[in-house]
Amino acid sequence: MKPAAKSKKASTGASAGAAELLHDRELRRIVGTVLRLAKSTGAQETEVHVDEVADALTRFANNAIHQNVAEHGLTVSIRTVVDGRTARATTNRIDEDSIRAAIEASLSLARSQPKDPRLLRMPGRQSYHAVKRFIKQTAALNAEERARAVRRACDLAVKKGQVAAGIYSNGQSQSALGNSRGLFAAYRETHSEFSITAQEDSAASWAKANSADVRAFDPQKLAARASEKAHLAVNARELPPGRYTVVLEPAAVLDLVGFLFYDFAATALEDKRSCLNERMGKQLFGQSISISDDVYHPLQQGAPFDGEGMPRQRVLLVDRGVPKNLVYSRAAAKAAHKQPTGHGFALPNEYGEAPMNLVFGGGDSSIEKMVASTERGLLVTRLWYIREVDPYEKVMTGMTRDGLFLVDNGRVRGAVRNFRFNQSIIEMLKNVELLGPPVRATGEEAFEMVVPAMKVRDFCFSEVTKF
Amino acid sequence: MWDLCTNSLDTAGLRGASYGDARLMHLRQRDLTTKNGRVGTLSQSESIGLGIRVLADGAWGFASTDRLTREGVAACAAQAVSLAKASALAKRSNVVLVPEQVYVDSWQSPFRKDPFEIPLETQLALLLAADAEMRRVKGVTLTETDMQFRKIDSWFASSAGSRIHQHKVISGCGIAATSFQDEEIQKRSYPNSFGGQHSLQGYELVEALDLMRNAPGIAEEAAALHSASQCPEKVGTLLLGGSQLGLQIHESIGHPIELDRVLGQEANFAGTSFLTLDQLNQLKYASSIVNVVADARLDHGQGLGTFAYDDEGVPAQCTDIIKDGKFRGYLSNRETAHLVGLDRSSGTMRTESWNRLPIIRMTNVSLLPGTWDYDDLIADTHDGILMETNRSWSIDDRRYQFQFSTEIGWEIKGGKKVRMLKNPSYSGITTEFWNSCDAICKFDHWTLWGTPNCGKGQPMQTMGTGHGASPARFRDVHIGTAFSSQ
Repeated sequence: MKPAAKSKKASTGASAGAAELLHDRELRRIVGTVLRLAKSTGAQETEVHVDEVADALTRFANNAIHQNVAEHGLTVSIRTVVDGRTARATTNRIDEDSIRAAIEASLSLARSQPKDPRLLRMPGRQSYHAVKRFIKQTAALNAEERARAVRRACDLAVKKGQVAAGIYSNGQSQSALGNSRGLFAAYRETHSEFSITAQEDSAASWAKANSADVRAFDPQKLAARASEKAHLAVNARELPPGRYTVVLEPAAVLDLVGFLFYDFAATALEDKRSCLNERMGKQLFGQSISISDDVYHPLQQGAPFDGEGMPRQRVLLVDRGVPKNLVYSRAAAKAAHKQPTGHGFALPNEYGEAPMNLVFGGGDSSIEKMVASTERGLLVTRLWYIREVDPYEKVMTGMTRDGLFLVDNGRVRGAVRNFRFNQSIIEMLKNVELLGPPVRATGEEAFEMVVPAMKVRDFCFSEVTKF
Repeated sequence: MWDLCTNSLDTAGLRGASYGDARLMHLRQRDLTTKNGRVGTLSQSESIGLGIRVLADGAWGFASTDRLTREGVAACAAQAVSLAKASALAKRSNVVLVPEQVYVDSWQSPFRKDPFEIPLETQLALLLAADAEMRRVKGVTLTETDMQFRKIDSWFASSAGSRIHQHKVISGCGIAATSFQDEEIQKRSYPNSFGGQHSLQGYELVEALDLMRNAPGIAEEAAALHSASQCPEKVGTLLLGGSQLGLQIHESIGHPIELDRVLGQEANFAGTSFLTLDQLNQLKYASSIVNVVADARLDHGQGLGTFAYDDEGVPAQCTDIIKDGKFRGYLSNRETAHLVGLDRSSGTMRTESWNRLPIIRMTNVSLLPGTWDYDDLIADTHDGILMETNRSWSIDDRRYQFQFSTEIGWEIKGGKKVRMLKNPSYSGITTEFWNSCDAICKFDHWTLWGTPNCGKGQPMQTMGTGHGASPARFRDVHIGTAFSSQ
């Protein structure tokens, strides 16, 4: 075996900062090596993905750091095509012998199956819109800086008689995709996140932000917000379950509606597992609901190409409450006589495609305005452990968490014990009364989106828990 | 491999670490799926790297690398020490570990047929044949099958001198039929949802499942569910099939007994636990017929939570969790054991891969068999509902209030299964539910189910856990909750 030729720049030495990524020319060299080696193996077509990540995460609980981790990894994933059959093999070893073995494994897998009549020839060269999501200040954030920020957040909790837990993370990643028909695409980004739960007595509240640019949020402001809300959340009273008007903060909206979007895959409709079967073009949601998939939105992240290297397109999914368009991989597009939208997953897979960069239209109501306009209702900080109960009506169950507050006569009147909900997302999006301005929201159940806060009537809470 | 581990530990020591443990892991995986008679996923992967965890200045640091050279692992170790020293900037006390012996050992999980040696053509042919069997049934609109195989080699070395090599073979397989009709989607899976059954076995697991014999039955049930009656909403008697009970154990016993949750270390993400330290040996968790253990030993079975040593170098153990209904034990590691005054870790530190820090995870958290024969249990039930195969699952962040729904239900009247019910669901409060258990089937009906998709930790790690269970009966349960207001 030849010696590994991993990152020449990744010698992090004694530094507690994140490793640096390979130079673009190194990525191209790896892609070129795979394509060159595959040529002599009988592969009729070859596609290669190179993905590299260098991440670090500081985790704290009980007002102290208890975990502090860093990772660096690179994978090479190779798809070959032979006689109308395709398969993938992935390795994290990039010496030539290992790459050759991965190519052989991919071919061996491919040859073991029947021909796939829907398999398309790989796409040729594409052109992409540039997106700039690599922020050097984010990449440069080091463990000492994270620790000092965490210390300040924990000190605030101690001062308030509270207990803080959370994370502060940053990292960088890059992907390159090339194939034997000359396609080459590359993308790099940074990411950063701060999340904090403040606990006071048996109550808790939470705040979180996430961005390519670590300067886009202030950990101390998030800590102060969680702390204030945790204090408001003490002495929660029990209310009976039932239908309530709710003001959902953006994180609560995100985590719930996140379960809707796999249904916008053309393959999901073809498989008849989508809630949009027999519903496209009909007034499914309220008039105020418009949703796009838009990787180019300034608050979005992600590569401008999909798993086959097709350029991602902006797609209007819902127009004033009417589901208008789906997203299509190349194979799904051909089957439906449509154009691919650049949302396909890496092949081979059985799910086809999905929109991953959701952007909601919004309104101009602040959360304060929504509360002020509510005679009796609940203000919801976030939702938790959401799972699908009915896939066609899109009924989801889950719990409120980390701050549920009673709204009475337009004012927040103290905390309420957490509820279980069983709520149809379709019905919820019919019952929206007010929308806030869309913001980049982050939760724990769904990928990040650009969503507004929402005021929704008749939200169904079915049971109450003990805290 | 040992040289790289030792090299990283030596570097950590030179940089100021007072303790270190390194895990060099090589993971290999093969995934095969079919959908509607065509191959879906067909892939394999391998990943190899080293992760090192160190204590320096009384605090933890962890770093990982795929650069498996002396220089690569030394840089990784140095980074781990730097991270530990940064952690110390925001520590409240020094980390202390309970003592553990030094072990030099090698262990291989038992298997009869290496799944990576079975021809791919054979594996795909079985999946495609089962897929075709399901598609024969009128009304079935989507058929899916899958196999997943993993080989994991891990070399664990600690600065105390332990050197432990473990080789594990894991297999998983399942099939599912879905039917869309009249604005309703119904699904049946065999032998379980979550991709079927998963265990620490070789290809013999797949052969024992007998997919071809079971495919037509589940496809027929998927189609028949459309004309079944809706599960009623009521407070009544509930019987749970083994796989659903396995998930019930996972969510309402397995997670709340994790000491890191109890001590607040997961408060920001996975949540905490209602099982505060004052509840140990005091709480009547369940009725007196309920006995639950966390058992990672091979004697318990070949589950996803079976191993010889955990990823902290502690031997597999059996811990009483619930004994005759009383709460008796937590899942611990060397750090949390010290924090709560235990002499020894219960050996539950596990990591998903070389690039993840080991954290407290379930091993095989199992309900021990009872005394009932399954037919007698049905015959003894005057009025109840039997629910089988999980469809959805949810529980609050302290593990009190839960709701589950299953793919299929059966109404039991006068000791007989009388009709199929669709959209069954039930809910409750953990301790109230377990205290209402009045019958558990015997070992003949007991299966060590595998849950392959347990998420925990930041960065998120997915872990497989085992849950032995046989069908059981619960009284006065809130049934039909999920659909009551729709």
